[in-house]
Amino acid sequence: MKFTLNWLHDHLDTDASLEAIVDKLTLIGLEVEELVDPAAMFDNFEVAEITATEPHPDADKLQICTVKSGSGEQKLVCGAPNARPGLKGILAQQGAVIPSNGMVLGKAKIRGVESNGMMCSGAELGLSGDHDGIIELDADVAIGSSAAQALGQIDPMIEIAITPNRPDCLGVRGIARDLAAAGLGTLKADTATPVKGDKPSAIEINVEGDTCPVFAGCLIEGVQNQASPEWLQTRLRAIGLNPISALVDITNYISYDRGRPLHVYDADKISGGLTARQAKSGESFVALDEQTYELTQADCVIADDNGVLGLGGIMGGMESGSSLETKNVLVESAWFDAVAIAMSGRHHHIESDARYRFERGVDPASVEAGLNLAVRMIVDICGGTPHAPAMGGQVPVADMKVDFDPARVQQLTGLMVAEEEMQRILEALGFTIETGKTWVVAVPSWRPDVVAGLQSSAHIVEEITRIYGLQEVPSTPLPKRTGVAQPTLTLSQRRASLMRRALAGRGMLEALTWSFVSQEQASLFNVADGLKLANPISSELSHMRPSLLPGLLNAVQRNSDRGTQSLALFELGNEFLAAEPGAQRFVGAGVRAGLATPKNWQGRTTSVDAYQARADAQAALAACGVEASALQVLPSPSDSYHPGRSGILARNPKQPMAVFGEVHPAILQAFGIDMPVVAFEVYPDTVPAPKGSGSPARSALDLPNLQSLRRDFAFEVGADVQAAQLVRAAKGADKKLISEVRVFDAFEGGNLAEGVKSIALEVTLQPSEATLTDVDIEAVTAKITEAVEKATGGKLRG
Amino acid sequence: MSAEQNLDELETQLMQQISGAADAPALEAVRVASLGKKGSVSALLKTLGGMSAEERQVNGPAFNELRDRITKAITAKKSELDIAALNARLIDEKQDMTLPLLDDPLLEGRLHPVSQVMEEISAIFADMGFDVAEGPDIESEFYNFTALNIPEAHPARQMHDTFYFEPDENGERLLLRTHTSPVQVRTMENGEPPFRFIAPGRTYRCDSDQTHTPMFHQVEGLVVDETTHMGHLKHTVEAFLAAFFEVDDIAIRLRPSYFPFTEPSMEMDMQCRRDGNQLIVGEGDDWMEIGGSGMINPEVLGHAGVDATKYQGFAFGMGIDRLAMLKYGAPDLRAFFESDVRWLKHYGFMPMDVPGLAAGLSNKSLSGK
Repeated sequence: MKFTLNWLHDHLDTDASLEAIVDKLTLIGLEVEELVDPAAMFDNFEVAEITATEPHPDADKLQICTVKSGSGEQKLVCGAPNARPGLKGILAQQGAVIPSNGMVLGKAKIRGVESNGMMCSGAELGLSGDHDGIIELDADVAIGSSAAQALGQIDPMIEIAITPNRPDCLGVRGIARDLAAAGLGTLKADTATPVKGDKPSAIEINVEGDTCPVFAGCLIEGVQNQASPEWLQTRLRAIGLNPISALVDITNYISYDRGRPLHVYDADKISGGLTARQAKSGESFVALDEQTYELTQADCVIADDNGVLGLGGIMGGMESGSSLETKNVLVESAWFDAVAIAMSGRHHHIESDARYRFERGVDPASVEAGLNLAVRMIVDICGGTPHAPAMGGQVPVADMKVDFDPARVQQLTGLMVAEEEMQRILEALGFTIETGKTWVVAVPSWRPDVVAGLQSSAHIVEEITRIYGLQEVPSTPLPKRTGVAQPTLTLSQRRASLMRRALAGRGMLEALTWSFVSQEQASLFNVADGLKLANPISSELSHMRPSLLPGLLNAVQRNSDRGTQSLALFELGNEFLAAEPGAQRFVGAGVRAGLATPKNWQGRTTSVDAYQARADAQAALAACGVEASALQVLPSPSDSYHPGRSGILARNPKQPMAVFGEVHPAILQAFGIDMPVVAFEVYPDTVPAPKGSGSPARSALDLPNLQSLRRDFAFEVGADVQAAQLVRAAKGADKKLISEVRVFDAFEGGNLAEGVKSIALEVTLQPSEATLTDVDIEAVTAKITEAVEKATGGKLRG
Repeated sequence: MSAEQNLDELETQLMQQISGAADAPALEAVRVASLGKKGSVSALLKTLGGMSAEERQVNGPAFNELRDRITKAITAKKSELDIAALNARLIDEKQDMTLPLLDDPLLEGRLHPVSQVMEEISAIFADMGFDVAEGPDIESEFYNFTALNIPEAHPARQMHDTFYFEPDENGERLLLRTHTSPVQVRTMENGEPPFRFIAPGRTYRCDSDQTHTPMFHQVEGLVVDETTHMGHLKHTVEAFLAAFFEVDDIAIRLRPSYFPFTEPSMEMDMQCRRDGNQLIVGEGDDWMEIGGSGMINPEVLGHAGVDATKYQGFAFGMGIDRLAMLKYGAPDLRAFFESDVRWLKHYGFMPMDVPGLAAGLSNKSLSGK
């Protein structure tokens, strides 16, 4: 909402400075977004006179002008055809910012001649489209006087952001009312006097349905539509509207002055009476924006005997609009239901000042006043004879009263406001009050936001406190529970936090990738139906991610394209299983790509492998409270991974907790990645919660003082036998004595037969009661050999 | 030559050989030649057996003392040679200590600044007794709008730039939550007042430019009981901001605004000043918008099953990404989600850098230049 300071002064009697007004607006909830102060804009510009001219030695079209300003005489080069001695115009001095292009004027040499300052055209000053010559001021303007003053550019423009609850401030008068209530002057009385039309209206007006309960119109005969007077054009331009013709400009002006949308019809283009009604299906019309709109029964239209003239409260029609030729005019002042206008405007994608105001709520009581004001201005500016106004329907008077307990102000805000002050503020805002223990507050017709019911008191409190000043709200500590603050994180939040630091501690960088991916990538990860957005921001971000891997793989690809040859990324976040609230699963996922060990002087350069991804997954699970020793590695059913180089981790085969492995080459190809990538996905919520609160105390620890000893075994087993089978069998041979089994060698080929591999174990024996004798050792060695051979069908190598 | 002279000569000769020994084998040869079974000193000692008691009384101590002196000299020389040999070996074993190390995982890994800031926020609010609540990213129109007092035709619905899914057969549309406020309703529905919680999370708006990304992070805070008022809101946010930005005090300015789910509603501006490109919070007379807030609209309490005639409270929301940008000086929001390893390393946090109130939230002052 834009307006100028002078415009505000039409409604507000105040001595307050511009600065005070701007500050106050923001403090009472009318946030100032922009202030254009021409006086500041025309700093470094002044009125000056050309006292002499001489031709430029090197350019036919340029002259060297001697210019007299407040600070003396200076010479400048000027190309304007009208530059001549005696001309008074606007001189831009060095340092001036040229409004049309934002350039800062400096000293210049033009074709070898020094030029000091610039005489400005209307176009350069952003005041008109006039490029042809420099501005010519009246001869009586004083040299050295203010450029802003001389140009009539002294009216600061203020733009405020109006929140959707304040339609009353979509008119300057509403803003003035708020400022007056806040102590910045008094609201001027409304002095417009209605023009009485004697002739009964020649046009009959009817309303049907609920969307337009009232439609008032006034026919004015014999108007002369023309350009608006200068003051009106200046105001409209100042707020960014193009003056069109007096009739249109007057409706626009009243829309901004009072928040009251109006429409003018060329009465000669109306056949028969006017009716506000719901559209019939199949009807259409051409609106003022020259677009044809196909209407539905949900649209409220204004129609005559021949059909639809306009979309009520949103946009008028081409056909029936006014033009400079219009002689007889019908002014419409109606009221439309906010919800119906919002739905209709949204359906047709029409943005207009009328829709903007009606969907936020126009004061129903302004139907008649708005009409009177329009008729007065039209008659004053365009002449003509008004008929008596005609009205269809009735003004919907809400006449709302709410109960209010003044104690609520302090209860809700902590502010101590005297009851007299509360009353003064509310009355200044147009509320009327019957005081008592509980007040009865009547809400003015222009405040549709103050609604009845549970929330009514909160609205009244808001009105009082925003005007009283929220800066007075006392900063008050919340009551704090005694003792030390309690932990607040849930189990899964605690796990996430530990997991994040565990993975970062393994050298991985935490990324946050989009929750959406492209359809093509989503389908590689079996996206569920319905996870497609209806209005994605781009086709790259069209589906909710079914996995965290696509986002991480995209990141690998981007970094790899920049030349990164080794990277490790992880992310904690949700993957989406279906389009329904809660159908999301918390995942910790990570990728390692390219080199695991880059070129170095100590050893080999190695690439990432699936074992690293398994180690990452185990570390993440450890952070969730699952010990690696409790996990089994089982074949993975996931087709995102290399089938022979992947696995799942589980304590119970039916409940996988993680999947890891080399990313499937077909997926890497689809992502345009040409380096090896391994990945893991951990599902923390598959890890059961501890039973009860869980004691932090550890179990008792028995540390035998006897020396442990180690024995090595090498077995030849079938190629399909898994290392874990050997380890499990060896451990099981004597659970009491065997404290650890390590695989220290694994190979195939060499002099081994086809289909056979060798796995070597180092077994640690830890006696707890007595030192082992040779006989003891021999016995356990035999047990281990037998257990492994039996479990795997292999044999001890000789 | 007397026997005494012979003895002296032998000692002088041996001592010369000992001190002249260049290395351990040379010294060993001297030892064998003197103290070994067939050594010169051992031979002298053997002569004692053939002597008379008188001769033995004179020669015994002399021979034994000679042996002891030689033994001691050899031991001392041995030790000297060992030290020299060790020193020679150490010089020989010298390595180039400037050769680079392999990357240390603990020093290479980083947390994303948004995660770190979320942990900082949780730590501060934990101290003020706020739990951490969560809710789903995919929401119904009811929780995202209707329950928050934003009816179907309300202009505020359009201002939210909502991502929708295709409507189902009943015309119901799901959406991506446009704010964390649905968590207010869901959390209150499933509990009993009083409430005190924050709700951080991902939020989505159909908007993308220099300062907007279609996905971003918000934190919502809520207190509901019988007496909590706007002054408590002000203090809570001031206390949070001062702790978060690690300054003594930050004043906030409450500026009337409008959100359908709060009444009265306020924007919150934070006290600050600008020093060139640097933002200094908690001083100066400039204000920077930091989030929205208000007293929870009784309609919302009603939708959440809370008795609005008995309970009241406040709610506020802030952008986590923006807090991270302001505190840690990351200028471009879009870079937060681009996963550029150079950015993650520069703006990320080391895993041992755990934010806590005892040590201070950030490790900004662990060392000087």
